[in-house]
Amino acid sequence: MISKLPPGIKVEQKGDNDKIMTLNVGPQHPGSGHMRIIVKIDGDYIVSCDPDPGYVHRGEEKMAEYRNYITNIPHLERPVIHDSCNILYPYCLGVEEILGIEVPERAKYVRVIASELNRCVYTLYWLAIYGIFLGHSTMFMWPAGDRELLIDLLEKLSGARVTHAYFVPGGVRNDMPSNFEDVCLRQINYFEKRIKQYDSIFYSNPILKSRTINTGVLRQNDAIRLGSTGSVLRASGIDFDLRKKEPYDVYDNLDFQTNVLKSGDSYARSKIPWLDMLESCKIIRNALEKIPKSGSVRVKLKPNPKAGNVETYKRVESGRGSLGMYIISNGKPEPYRVKISVGSFRNLICLPYLLKGEKLGNMPAVYWSLNYWPVEADR
Amino acid sequence: MSTIAPKFRLGYFIKSLLDNIFWIIILLTLIGIPAIQVALFFIDLPVIDGELLTPFLALTWLADPSRTLPIVKTLMQTDFFKIAVFPGFGFAALLAAGTIFIERKLLAKLQLRVGPFYCGKIEGILQLMGDGLKLISKEIIIPAKADKPIFWVAPLLFVGTAAAFIALIPVSPGWVIADLDVGLLAFFAIIGFFPIITVLSSWSANSKFPFIGGIRALHQMVSFEIPLILSLLGIVILTGSLNLSEIVESQYNFPWIIFMPIGAIVFFIAMLAELERIPFDLPEAESEIVAGWLTEFSGMMYGLVQLGSYLKLYAFAALFVVLFLGGWNGPMIIPQFPQEIITDGIELGPISVTIPGLPLFTPEMLNGTFWFTIKTVSVIFFILIPRGVFPRIRIDLLLHIGWYKLIGLAFVNIFISLSLLYAGVLGPGGMML
Repeated sequence: MISKLPPGIKVEQKGDNDKIMTLNVGPQHPGSGHMRIIVKIDGDYIVSCDPDPGYVHRGEEKMAEYRNYITNIPHLERPVIHDSCNILYPYCLGVEEILGIEVPERAKYVRVIASELNRCVYTLYWLAIYGIFLGHSTMFMWPAGDRELLIDLLEKLSGARVTHAYFVPGGVRNDMPSNFEDVCLRQINYFEKRIKQYDSIFYSNPILKSRTINTGVLRQNDAIRLGSTGSVLRASGIDFDLRKKEPYDVYDNLDFQTNVLKSGDSYARSKIPWLDMLESCKIIRNALEKIPKSGSVRVKLKPNPKAGNVETYKRVESGRGSLGMYIISNGKPEPYRVKISVGSFRNLICLPYLLKGEKLGNMPAVYWSLNYWPVEADR
Repeated sequence: MSTIAPKFRLGYFIKSLLDNIFWIIILLTLIGIPAIQVALFFIDLPVIDGELLTPFLALTWLADPSRTLPIVKTLMQTDFFKIAVFPGFGFAALLAAGTIFIERKLLAKLQLRVGPFYCGKIEGILQLMGDGLKLISKEIIIPAKADKPIFWVAPLLFVGTAAAFIALIPVSPGWVIADLDVGLLAFFAIIGFFPIITVLSSWSANSKFPFIGGIRALHQMVSFEIPLILSLLGIVILTGSLNLSEIVESQYNFPWIIFMPIGAIVFFIAMLAELERIPFDLPEAESEIVAGWLTEFSGMMYGLVQLGSYLKLYAFAALFVVLFLGGWNGPMIIPQFPQEIITDGIELGPISVTIPGLPLFTPEMLNGTFWFTIKTVSVIFFILIPRGVFPRIRIDLLLHIGWYKLIGLAFVNIFISLSLLYAGVLGPGGMML
């Protein structure tokens, strides 16, 4: 929110005013994704902004009520196919809890490696789109090209390029290939070298700084009040990372730190995922050192597992913030209810507050810095 | 795995060429020659100077350089040739097409990808022709509430204005379409037309995004025209002339960029803004306002606007060369035409042929064109580079740069040139020594 507006500009103007122009940004717009933002502008200033998601609603939660715990896996990852390991993570954790399964130690490490790789894949895709939002075509092409490295790794691991369906209740679907550790270490070292170059072309670019610094500032108390999560929250100066605060699987054994920036503007919000990627490289290297060299990676389930009248809520830190799943079982093979709570939608709530009083040129820079994925928000 | 473009192989290229030649020969001999013979059977051949003009005789006339060269040379002196071919539209369009190809390949290399590759055998060199064919064959859709006459005429006006701009550029000594004494003023007049065309087209489209884009273009062009004009005043003070050819001649010993680097920088930045190139491509900012003032153009109307903008790019680069880099001046590298060929003719075995009309081009003209082209292409290269490096700037920052910084720098440049003039270092006509 802008504290000082130019004279003559008022936000929240009521009534029929000829000065106000309504712009439909999306759903068929190069800069909106699969959603619409109804923007009212007075000259070059945004007086009100109404995000209108829902164009890619697929009813994942209802679909989950008609399939058993195993067949739910492939369709639950559809909302974020770039981050499919992380969206399956809370589901697997929850189902393991209600079925009472103990996951083997090696599977936990494989899960951490896969989920960190997948976080990087998602972040690169997001960063590429942020580049094209700001008109920086090189920043679109570089992450999209470097993403191939990690996608190749995940393909070796799971057999699929994007929709991996790799996590299953009870571990992971299959073990790592024999040479995976060497290949992964080599690719990750090269990848870290590559993404460090983004600093010189993107984050140190004076024009980028002039466009993103001090635009769309989300203050610390506003960030808490609006319920934002993930990189948006950490960019506003609040150290909240579920990998540290509520460690799941083996994150408490690994050596890493969370990245926090104080300013809360678009620049900080765009930089936190990049810093997280560098941290992910460390986590993967650390996990490759500590992983047990042999052992099972999957506990076999019965064909149609049933749980009692129990319910559970599990959440993990995904690429976009906390991603939780509330699973209720009523004793049947299918879950009674699967409620998915995503970071994308929580972050989108901040958008009308941030854009009010900003210039129209800041709209893409603020909008996409919220780390928002339209498909995930609609489920 | 990602798709990797196959490597270019000389063998495949030669094979495809041979295939083409084979089929051309087959089709000509089987269809073409019988068809010509059938046609000739029914045509009465004319008699000239008591000689029956058979196709064979006509071919010998065509191949006789002593008959054709004078005609070609006369044609080259006409205004039509200057306007249509060299140094006018044809030359500019060729350079503009080369610019588009170089831009796409250069940007691709910067961004670790291949760029156009498959169209044409060598590195996608025919991609532009493919794109042009696609644009021509597309349906032109006009918004229902648009002001149709103005909307139709806007792309044509845009190309026409860009072409008028080219008419002012002196390419080599004597080779300029309009050698005006007020050439620089005419240039200011012509760049004043572009905002009007932009606003006309965006307003007549009757759509929101073109309207915002058009207003942005208007703001941008108007606020950058002033530093653009002010940055050139230093040159006018030192040369004492507005004629572009005379400005080039005054740089015989040294280009003006040595004495006015600030003016050159201001002109270059203002030029980027006038051309709507990244980082100043706000009127076409696709993430905010779809395609800006180009949103409603479709098919060949869009193609015309693109052609116009690349012609404009060539013209601005050429103007930078003319004003700051010395235009056609450069070391003489083209050898003199041997005089014996004109006086004695060419010895072809036993016979000697005298060919009137040689040489077609003087070495000065060839040399000037060579240096002019080299300099223009390098300036275009520097215009293209920011596209791979910078994001888009915001409109208020842009106006701030235009009104606060560039105008101040332009005045500094004027003071430098004035002090050079009054110190007696330089003056009208060059170095005063």
